[in-house]
Amino acid sequence: MNWISDVVRPRIKTLFKRETPENLWVKCPDTGQMVFHKEVEANLWVIPGSNHHLRINATDRLKITFDEGYEDIALRGVTADPLKFRDEKRYADRLRDARTKTGMQDAVKVGVGKVDGTVMTVAVQDFAFMGGSLGMAAGEAIVTAADTARERGTPFVLFVASGGARMQEGILSLMQMPRTTVALRRLRKARLPYIVVLTNPTTGGVTASYAMLGDVHIAEPGALIGFAGPRVIEQTIREKLPEGFQRAEYLKDHGMVDMVVPRTELKATIANLARIFMKQPAPESMAARDDAPVAKPAAAAEAGSTGAAKPGDAAKRSDAAAEAGKQTGKGEAAAAREAQPVASDTGDRATDQAPAKPA
Amino acid sequence: MRTYLDFEKPVAELEGKVEELRRMGEADNAVAISEDITRLEEKASQALSDIYAALTPWQKTQVARHPQRPHFRDFCEGLISDFTPLAGDRKFGEDEAVMGGFGRFRGTPVCVIGQEKGSDTQARIRHNFGMARPEGYRKAVRLMELADRFGLPVLSFVDTAGAYPGIEAEERGQAEAIARSTETCLGLGAPSVALVIGEGGSGGAIAIATANKVLMLEHAIYSVISPEGAASILWRDSARAQDAATNMKITAQDLLKLGVIDRIVKEPVGGAHRDPQATIETAGDAISSALSDLAGKDPEALREHRAEKFLAIGRNL
Repeated sequence: MNWISDVVRPRIKTLFKRETPENLWVKCPDTGQMVFHKEVEANLWVIPGSNHHLRINATDRLKITFDEGYEDIALRGVTADPLKFRDEKRYADRLRDARTKTGMQDAVKVGVGKVDGTVMTVAVQDFAFMGGSLGMAAGEAIVTAADTARERGTPFVLFVASGGARMQEGILSLMQMPRTTVALRRLRKARLPYIVVLTNPTTGGVTASYAMLGDVHIAEPGALIGFAGPRVIEQTIREKLPEGFQRAEYLKDHGMVDMVVPRTELKATIANLARIFMKQPAPESMAARDDAPVAKPAAAAEAGSTGAAKPGDAAKRSDAAAEAGKQTGKGEAAAAREAQPVASDTGDRATDQAPAKPA
Repeated sequence: MRTYLDFEKPVAELEGKVEELRRMGEADNAVAISEDITRLEEKASQALSDIYAALTPWQKTQVARHPQRPHFRDFCEGLISDFTPLAGDRKFGEDEAVMGGFGRFRGTPVCVIGQEKGSDTQARIRHNFGMARPEGYRKAVRLMELADRFGLPVLSFVDTAGAYPGIEAEERGQAEAIARSTETCLGLGAPSVALVIGEGGSGGAIAIATANKVLMLEHAIYSVISPEGAASILWRDSARAQDAATNMKITAQDLLKLGVIDRIVKEPVGGAHRDPQATIETAGDAISSALSDLAGKDPEALREHRAEKFLAIGRNL
């Protein structure tokens, strides 16, 4: 107990890391219910009870998707600010701010690692980085991810979250639509599965290119998914939009996504599908547990439709994976102690309370 | 009746005077007037060429949207013989914002696709101002697949403010329709040439503009979002469209520098609307030379050419 430990150390701490009060509560944007932040984190940033899926950052997404560590794939550098663009602020400054805020170079991160025991290439688009907008860097990252999957012969899983094209890069951002499509076509030619996970929100040029070209489309519950944003549509047609319009469930009803899967079951669903497409056997540890109970309906349907897997397999894998997921979740909670709420400038309902961790 | 744009005012005044003198001349049979007419005409054409030599991006936007600018229908009539339009996406409906069919371009059988904005109120409504719904893009896919099967070159004429943002369009998968159309463009085993004739607006444009050769009329624009859209998002004020147009680099000249397009097709002095016939002929020559550049490539080489061309965009800025 002296001046150093009482005053100086805490000051230094606050200088170098932003501290989170231990009693931080997260308010559910749907119900207003207050939930302890660690509980939310342990539940993969899904509010227990209301099932509201909070937005999560790319690093956390990679962590909860991979079994353990993963290889961070190096991304190709691009010309920064090719148009020397300036609106109310210089684009160069916006980029710098976004980098400082997120610790990311741009909106997409790519990793290779095991998901439920199967090696996969996973790319994540982070909405926190300028609305996850698709510019040259993000476009290159997705091309690199698809190429990596092809070179290594792995499935490609892409978690999408984006407001659309990055307007500050003008036509060069539009060009990412055909560019990413080129890479996906090559992946398809190599007969490797491409699974898209649509998260909140996915709109604009991103939806109108790689997000809608998956072999399988999975959406997180409640995610806003569309081409034109709701505001643009309202302005065009001058009427109120129907309840639930452009939400994940609406897209499923309209045949645009295959399934709406809660975050806690994503990993198992993805791994199961990928293994079936890749004609890989079910993991032994899970196949051995033939006496496991209750089948998850979605996973069971998948297994049934292939005719290859035994009816119970998918369910068991799904259960085991959910368990694994939970464990990862608990581990995460400890690692994510520094998590704190970051107010987003988008005003979108999910951003306001989303705990985001400085990477 | 000629429609003048704001910045064409000096020309409008001069040409108005010429008209007046002409009418006087007809009435009086006076000879002295003809000299004045010639002088004024020269002045007017000088003013016009001065103005058009230095159009700002915003002025070009207005030229690109000029109501008298030749549209898809005009290019099709002027360049394609034996044209047979086809309709429908075979899934839901017919969308006249995207027109297309088969015919002969200077003797060669081709597939033609393009957005049509319409030239009078009725036609504009029928064509939905060139803003396609999913059916339009699915029709384009259907035509491209036909062209691919028969090994026919695909010529596309791009002229849209963007894909239509509406409830039914979303309901029927506007995004998927655009993505699939872009993908189909990339998979074509036949040569493809796209010409931006007016507005190349966003995803709605790229869906049919992902071609082996991308050409642009001299005063056309091509952008990720309309200047008005960018202004309302970035400046939160759609009145800042001029700034957006300037900063976004949307002109043919800028896009050639950025390596996004392959060639600029010259327009007559005063813009395509001053002489649509000449514009269409020049465009025909440019398309013809683009096609001959691609001649002799097999389907795989054409796909590779397209893939590499797009992958290279932005890598050497």
